[in-house]
Amino acid sequence: MDVQLLTYLFVGSSFALYIGIAIWSRASSTDDFYVAGGGVHPVANGMATAADWMSAASFISMAGIIAFMGYDGTVYLMGWTGGYVLLALLLAPYLRKFGEYTVPDFIGTRYYSNAARAVAVICLIVVSFTYVAGQMRGVGIVFSQFLNVPIFWGVIIGMAVVFFYAVLGGMKGITYTQVAQYCVLIFAYLVPAIFISLLITGVPIPQLGLGADVVDGSGLSVLEKLDRAMVDLGFGPYTDGTKETIDVFAITMALMIGTAGLPHVLVRFFTVPKVSDARISAGYALLFIALLYTTAPAVGAFARLNFIETVHDTPYAEVDDWFRNWEDIGLIGWVDKNHDGAIQYAPGAAFEGPPVFDEVARTEAGARKVINPILHSDNEVYVDRDIMVLANPEIAALPGWVIALVAAGGLAAALSTAAGLLLVISTSVSHDLLKKTLARGISDRQELMYARIAAATAIGIAGYLGINPVGFVAQVVAFAFGLAAASLFPAILLGIFSKSTTREGAIAGMLAGLVFTFSYIVYFKFVAPENNVSEFWLFGISPEGIGMIGAIINFAAAAIFSALSKPVPEHVRRLVDQIRIPAGVERPHDHP
Amino acid sequence: MSENNSETDLNRQSDTDRHQAYWRANLRLAAVLLVIWFTVSFGFGILLVEELNQFAFFGFKLGFWWAQQGAIYVFIVLIFIYAWRMKKIDHRHSVDDDEESG
Repeated sequence: MDVQLLTYLFVGSSFALYIGIAIWSRASSTDDFYVAGGGVHPVANGMATAADWMSAASFISMAGIIAFMGYDGTVYLMGWTGGYVLLALLLAPYLRKFGEYTVPDFIGTRYYSNAARAVAVICLIVVSFTYVAGQMRGVGIVFSQFLNVPIFWGVIIGMAVVFFYAVLGGMKGITYTQVAQYCVLIFAYLVPAIFISLLITGVPIPQLGLGADVVDGSGLSVLEKLDRAMVDLGFGPYTDGTKETIDVFAITMALMIGTAGLPHVLVRFFTVPKVSDARISAGYALLFIALLYTTAPAVGAFARLNFIETVHDTPYAEVDDWFRNWEDIGLIGWVDKNHDGAIQYAPGAAFEGPPVFDEVARTEAGARKVINPILHSDNEVYVDRDIMVLANPEIAALPGWVIALVAAGGLAAALSTAAGLLLVISTSVSHDLLKKTLARGISDRQELMYARIAAATAIGIAGYLGINPVGFVAQVVAFAFGLAAASLFPAILLGIFSKSTTREGAIAGMLAGLVFTFSYIVYFKFVAPENNVSEFWLFGISPEGIGMIGAIINFAAAAIFSALSKPVPEHVRRLVDQIRIPAGVERPHDHP
Repeated sequence: MSENNSETDLNRQSDTDRHQAYWRANLRLAAVLLVIWFTVSFGFGILLVEELNQFAFFGFKLGFWWAQQGAIYVFIVLIFIYAWRMKKIDHRHSVDDDEESG
């Protein structure tokens, strides 16, 4: 069978599986819709959390980013895993004991204020929408590259599938679909990684292969060989970073506390039966996530090595087919600056921006003719970082079914995250905004209906953003973490660990953190991008890492305003005492 | 385990005292684990990376290994240790959630 047909088969059957699960586990009450009835096994919840968490960015982009960043890619590896330690030790067990449906529920009740609840809803919606738009775009890209479906229709199909199981099944449907999606995506990630590790090092475990010797008889390990190859080409060594230490520190911290403050991850821990289950479930979640996250640096290093060896100094006429295939899609571009007919790879950009091609003309060597302004560097080749994972099976000449598997895995990663995000958006609208604030006293049935309408609307908006990307969607996704770190994480943490943080303190803290971080990012990314270099940054911290400072400002504002305002009421102090004790945990419910 | 002999004392104390002792034990454990969390990630993986890179470790530079592999493994172990130790601490202070299952 050809690759195209296999891909249709794999993607089609995985979609059929998700829809089947959705029908089997559809929600019949708000309890089911919001927290899957509160009866999810910790291991299943761990898998669902892993799928919820690992997005198109983790599956498709991360290994490619690491391949091109080397040591600096560490910020994503540690930043997107270390947050689970904070989640397990500081947040998840207490939020589970609190026992309501949403994160704004906790903020609103703990800070005895609907204003605090509303601020939390705003933070949640800003964070979740920036994130979800990137997912729908990921769905569109996978469809267009593997199935030759235009991005528009790719997004529409993705929306239809998510609509079906998120709107019908709610949290219950999403949970069990995510378990299936985790299995699909991890299998699709590990199979090519194992093949490539075997090919390059003869070691079947990529985590060990990364440190093993290359099988070319040179006696060098993968990383030594890669370091030398990079230095020969004029790059710095792969295992040394180029970012300032303070910036690496800040980005890692912002991603960690941002992870712990992401509502669609937090809410997953509302679905397990007990407090002790919430703790252990975070452990399983990280275990399942780490399977991919410890493989990614190996995939990245192998891919970079493979890329240098197969491309550099190779005549265009002899280069492997995958190079031309990705050139056809426009994710690779080549200009023969020295007119030797061969591809030279070196530091610096080959030309301005992503390649734009002449519609018909070809160069003498037969390549597509790039019409961008050429830049002064020895580098002749543009390569989109995202193709590393997607092209890896082709680069390593793996069988067609592996390529088809990667397509199904990428879709599983994007759809599972999109569904989780859409659910928290719809929940916060129907539950926090309508039921608790604007339309008090609506019945359970009405609330469920509003939740479904909100989910459908959110899917529509996300799909629109996927089809008409705002241009900076990919960048904005990374900033969702900074915003979560600066707004929600400190408010939740103080809510549990400090009985003296008042309503005024929490609101001032969240607003100060959110406004500061948002302004810093908008200034450097959109208002004055020409100033976005370390000499203008506050303490040398880039917009990606500024969430750490935002969080500190949040804590400081909370402390000052708490000291100036009326003390926390006695019934709230008792509530905090209750949250700290695992005994007496109940199924999630509405506090009257 | 040294606290076993004080178990009977704890039972006699009022709920509030018992809960406060429980909370202190919890904070102590969390603090120890967070120090390890910080040391392996921000310490070994970022602040000390260049010093550690002078040592070889299974084909890796040691600092690079901590940053891209080792820290993640330790994170997993820390969460499971916390879950396992807390289960014991819950039980010792009679605040465990075993009877009530949803």
